[in-house]
Formats: sequence, structure tokens, C-alpha cells
Amino acid sequence: MVANTFLVIFLLTIVGYVAARIHAKSVLEKVGAQMHSRPIYHGVNAAIWTGVPALIIILFWLMFQNTVINQLLLGLFEPSRIEAMTSADKSLLISEIRQIAAGRIFGTPEDMVLAAAQKLNDWTWIARASMFAVVLAACLAGVAFGLRAIGPRFRARYSVERSLNAFMIFCSFVAIFTTIGIIASLVYESYQFFSMVPAYEFFFGLRWEPQIPLRADQVAGLGAFGAIPVFVGTFVIATIAMVFAVPIGLLTAIYLTEYADHRVRATIKPLLEILAGVPTVVYGFFAVLIVAPLIRDFGTGLGLDVAPRSALAAGGVMAIMLIPFISSLSDDALAAVPRAMREGSYAMGATKGETIRKVLLPAALPGIMGGILLALSRAIGETMIVVMAAGLIASMNINPLDSVTTVTVQIVTLLIGDSAFDNPKTLSAFALGLMLFLITLVLNVLALTIVRKYREKY
Amino acid sequence: MLTDTTIEKKLTAMANDPKIKMRGNKVNVFYGEKQALFDVDLDVPGNAVMALIGPSGCGKSTFLRCLNRMNDTIDICKVTGDITLDGEDIYDPKIDVVELRARVGMVFQKPNPFPKSIYENIAYGPRIHGLTKTKAELDEVVESSLRKAAIWEEVKDRLQEPGTGLSGGQQQRLCIARAIAVSPEVILMDEPCSALDPIATAKVEELIDELRLNFTIVIVTHSMQQAARVSQRTAMFHLGNLVEEGPTDKMFTNPDTKLTQDYITGRFG
Repeated sequence: MVANTFLVIFLLTIVGYVAARIHAKSVLEKVGAQMHSRPIYHGVNAAIWTGVPALIIILFWLMFQNTVINQLLLGLFEPSRIEAMTSADKSLLISEIRQIAAGRIFGTPEDMVLAAAQKLNDWTWIARASMFAVVLAACLAGVAFGLRAIGPRFRARYSVERSLNAFMIFCSFVAIFTTIGIIASLVYESYQFFSMVPAYEFFFGLRWEPQIPLRADQVAGLGAFGAIPVFVGTFVIATIAMVFAVPIGLLTAIYLTEYADHRVRATIKPLLEILAGVPTVVYGFFAVLIVAPLIRDFGTGLGLDVAPRSALAAGGVMAIMLIPFISSLSDDALAAVPRAMREGSYAMGATKGETIRKVLLPAALPGIMGGILLALSRAIGETMIVVMAAGLIASMNINPLDSVTTVTVQIVTLLIGDSAFDNPKTLSAFALGLMLFLITLVLNVLALTIVRKYREKY
Repeated sequence: MLTDTTIEKKLTAMANDPKIKMRGNKVNVFYGEKQALFDVDLDVPGNAVMALIGPSGCGKSTFLRCLNRMNDTIDICKVTGDITLDGEDIYDPKIDVVELRARVGMVFQKPNPFPKSIYENIAYGPRIHGLTKTKAELDEVVESSLRKAAIWEEVKDRLQEPGTGLSGGQQQRLCIARAIAVSPEVILMDEPCSALDPIATAKVEELIDELRLNFTIVIVTHSMQQAARVSQRTAMFHLGNLVEEGPTDKMFTNPDTKLTQDYITGRFG
């Protein structure tokens, strides 16, 4: 039924377009060259009037239909029984009714529920039929409106322009509202978490052992939610990644912009872009299957004790992932330094190296810093490599040869498998997520501010 | 075009004139396949201002950039012929291009101060060449360079502010001061006033006239009046050829060729 409704809207929109266009053409022929808008605009205008209101109606209808029907369903039962229920019980009852209505009966439901399921089917049919009728009416009204509006003085051109404007505003708000929604859910669940676990424990606690029982009879630890060890792990791995990625990326960029001849540049740049396109899960394989054993063997050869999932392996592979990122942003920053700066320096009798160190790097520094900060926020938020290559146990440890865990790894493990949303174990993932979000947000804002500042520089 | 006899005449004249600072002999410049300069013979007199004029694309800037080998920074550019500085071939492989550029400084069309403080802009050259030993000496070089470039009074209280914050005319004088700071012998100027307003232009022109006492200056300009005001000798380029060269007075009053006559009177270009 819903699909049919969309089909009807689509067809009527086309009908509206064609009809309006033909009508506008005949009006144009009658009045000569005096018409404000060309027929195609009248057509598009009528099509917009036909389709858009109907689509908006359908959207809201579908959004609220279930809520309304659920309320009506609950209204079938005795008020005293409903009042005694928690919201979880209510949704359980409603989903039982819906299962039965769909023909999936488990056990022997009570008569009241069976009757409600029957009602549900009736109401759903009524709702769909009336939605179809309303939408059809809206479409027809739209066609009529669009056709009536056609006249020599009607400014269909501007009308279409305004609709496009509105559509673009709508599109830009979609992303904004989605972001707000994500933040709201993070904040809400974090709030739930902090009502169970004191904030000071989370922010200052030195133990992270979230393996608490989900059910009363489950064997598990007592639980401790000190986030510091997890963040320490994240920063250890991010630091290792940056220590390798920044110099390599930066020097690559300098070589490519200042030294490499045309052919070398044309070869290396695409190769780096391929590196940027490698899925992180592949980097994860690489880290866990090749780099980690290599480091372990090498370390053992030197008589060092290396964990099988060392922070060095995860950080090192993450560095490889970040190199193209840093090099391409630094490349842009260096290339943006005007040629006049280079020439000015050469004309003073400076060598290439002196020019790079004393003029180009300082001039491009804000851009490079921006790139580095963006890379850092990626390193902190990177998930797949560390899920595969980093450890699970949170320990207060900054030894790169040992295994550490990261915030993202913890979030993944906390939300995999059995999870109950009234349990601090699950909710702590949201608190971690919120923290991570705030950190990367600050880093990104900082990076963008710096990048913007340097744009004004010369 | 210069004929063989005029070249010979000039050669004898130059031999008698010890003041020739730089000399170009059969200079050809190629950008890839395209030839930009054809057999240019031009002498730059010492302690004087020489103006290079001609319509856009005539090769005057190309010639200027040969004089301190700035064309080396363009990969596809190839220079043949000889250019000498005090009799020394500057394209000789034994010549250190970095030293050459310290002796032959350059000021560009658009002011290009480094995004550093005014002080650091001037101190850049002396620092990389190790010209000063102490901070006090460096301070002195900075001050005297800024004074020579007639901008000291305007910036002395804001030496630590960025050079990019100055006005266009001040920036150009800062760039001239920066060039002076390494005590070059020759200063090349590539349309130094084309991005400046008339008042700033007047100041820079006045400065060029003063600088002539200590430096040899070669200036490319599109302004006939400027060439007439600041230079002692003028060379006219057209389509990569040197058309005519001589004392500025003579060039502007009684040029040898019709081409020059037409150009300076604004009939083409």
C-alpha cells in the first residue's frame, strides 16, 4: 500500500508537470511574448506542488501512525492494568500483539491480546487507506493549484528557485540534525551511566574492569570504571603512530614539492593515494599477521620481552595509514606558499635547504600543523586496526613493547554480544564514546582554526 | 638589431670603459622548445641605473633573471652564451650560484616579504651567509639596510611586527632593504613599482636614484616615464631581440630605430 502510494505520487507529479507545461504553452501562444516564465518553469512548479506536500504528509503520517495505533491498542485494556505496567512491559505487550497480528503466535495468548491483534489489523488497514486517500487528495489539489496559477504574470521561475532554495536548506539541515541526534543519544546514555557510576571514578579511576555480571547468577568480576588506563592506551598508540607518521609524511611532502622531478612526482603521488585507499581492516591484518610477529621476533632476538600484540605494532601500522594523510596535507600547505617566497629566498643567495627550513616550513607551518592535528584526531578515533592488533586488557602502561588497549577497542568489545542498557557495563561505552567525541572535536576545531588562520597569511 | 660593425665598435668602447659591471654576450634563452632571447649582447655599466624596456613578452625580464641565474630554478629553461660579472663568467660550472646571488640581489614585481617579522626579513640574508658575528652587529646591519632603503623611520618602532602587515610600498622598500642587507654589488629589479600606487612609486624611485651611488642597478619597467626618470642607460627589447641600447636621454629624444621611437611614444606595446 505504501509503495503504491509513492507510485501514485510519482505518476501524478509527472502528470502535473506535463499538464502544466502544455497548458502554459497554450497560454503563451495566446498572449504572445508577454509571459513572465517559460512553460518548463510552470511545469516544474506544478510538479513541485503536486509531489512535495504529498511526500511531507506521507513522512509525518508514517512517523506518527505507529505511536497513535499503539496508544489505541493500550486503550483496549483496562486502565488499571496499563497503569501498573512499566514502559518496558508496555512495549513487550505491544510487540506481542504485533507478532500475533503478523501471524506469528507463540504459546497460548490471552483472548484480550488476540482481540487486540485483530483490531490492530483493522486499524492498520484503515490507516493505510486513509493515508492513500489523503495523499491522493493532496496530489490532486497540488495539480489543480499548479494549473490554476498559470498565467502571463505568474513568476513560476522565482517560485521554482525558492523551492530549490528550500530543498538545499533542508539537505544541509539533515546532516546537522543527524549530528545533533547522535550527540543527544551519546549525552543521554552517558548521563545514565554517570547516574550509576560516579563521575570522579570514571575520570580519575586507575582501574578499568568493566566485566560485571549482566544477570544475577553470572560469574564475573566486580567491575571498575576508571577510564584513565584506557585513555593512556589510546595516547600510547596515537603517540607511536604520530612519531613515525609525522616525520615520514612531512619529509615525503617536502621531497615531492621541492625536490622530486615531474616524473617521480607523477609516480609517487598516486601510489600514496593508493595507500590512503587501503581499508583499515586490511591494515589490521597486516599489523596482526606480519608486523606484530616481526617486532616480537626482532625484540626476542635483542633479548627484549615483547607482547604478541604490542602497542608498537598497532601504532606503527597506524602510522603507515596516516602517512598519506599527513603528506598530502603538508604537500598542499607547501605548494600554497607562493613562488615569490622561494624566489625571494633564492635571490638572497639561500640554498634550497635553507629556503625550505627558514622560509617554506615556517610559512607552511600552520597548514602542516592543521594536517598533523587532523591526523592525530584520526589516530585517536581509529578503530579497526587497534581492534585487530591491540590488546584488550587495560593497564597503566606506556611501554610500547607491551600490549595496551584503546578507547575504541573497549567500546567495540563492550557493545558486542549480550548487552543490557540498564547496566553500567554497556553504558560505559557511551561515556567513553562521548569523551572520545569531545577530544576529537577539540582537536578538529583547533586544526581548522589554525588552517583558516594561515589562509589569510599571504 | 645590432650589426657586426656596431658590435665591434661597442667592444672597443667597452674595452676603454672600465666601468662595465656585467656583460652579456650572445645570450640565448630557451624555455623548452621556445626561444625567448636571441643573441642578446648587452653591457651593464657600474654604479648606474640601467632600464630595460619593451612590450610584454619581449624578453626583458628573462634577460634580467639570467643575470643572477634565477632562471636555474625553472627546470625547462636553458641559457647559452656568456654573461660575466667583473669579467668572470657566471655560468661557469665553478661558480657557486649561491654566492653569485649574494653578489647580484633581486627585487621582484610583487613585494614578497617573508611571513616573518620585519627584523627577521632583513636579518635573513646576513644570517644565512654568516655576515655578522654578534647580535649587535646584526642589529647594525638591519638598521643600516633599513636606513638605506629609506624605511627605517617608518618601521623602527615595530621591528618585531610581521613584514606582511606593512603597506605595499613599505613592503617593497622592505624587500629592497632585504636585498641590500647582504651587500650585493648589483641589484636587479623586476618592475618593482608595478604593484604600487603613485606615491609609493615616487618613494621607491627616489630610493633607486640614491642607491645608484653604492650599487649597480638593472630595472625592468613598463613605465616610460619611470625609465626616463631613474635610469642613465636604457635598453629596448622586442620579441626576444635587443633592439637598441644607449644613454637614456638619447633613447627618449633621438632613438636610432623607428621601433623604439614608436614604442616610447606609445604607438604600440
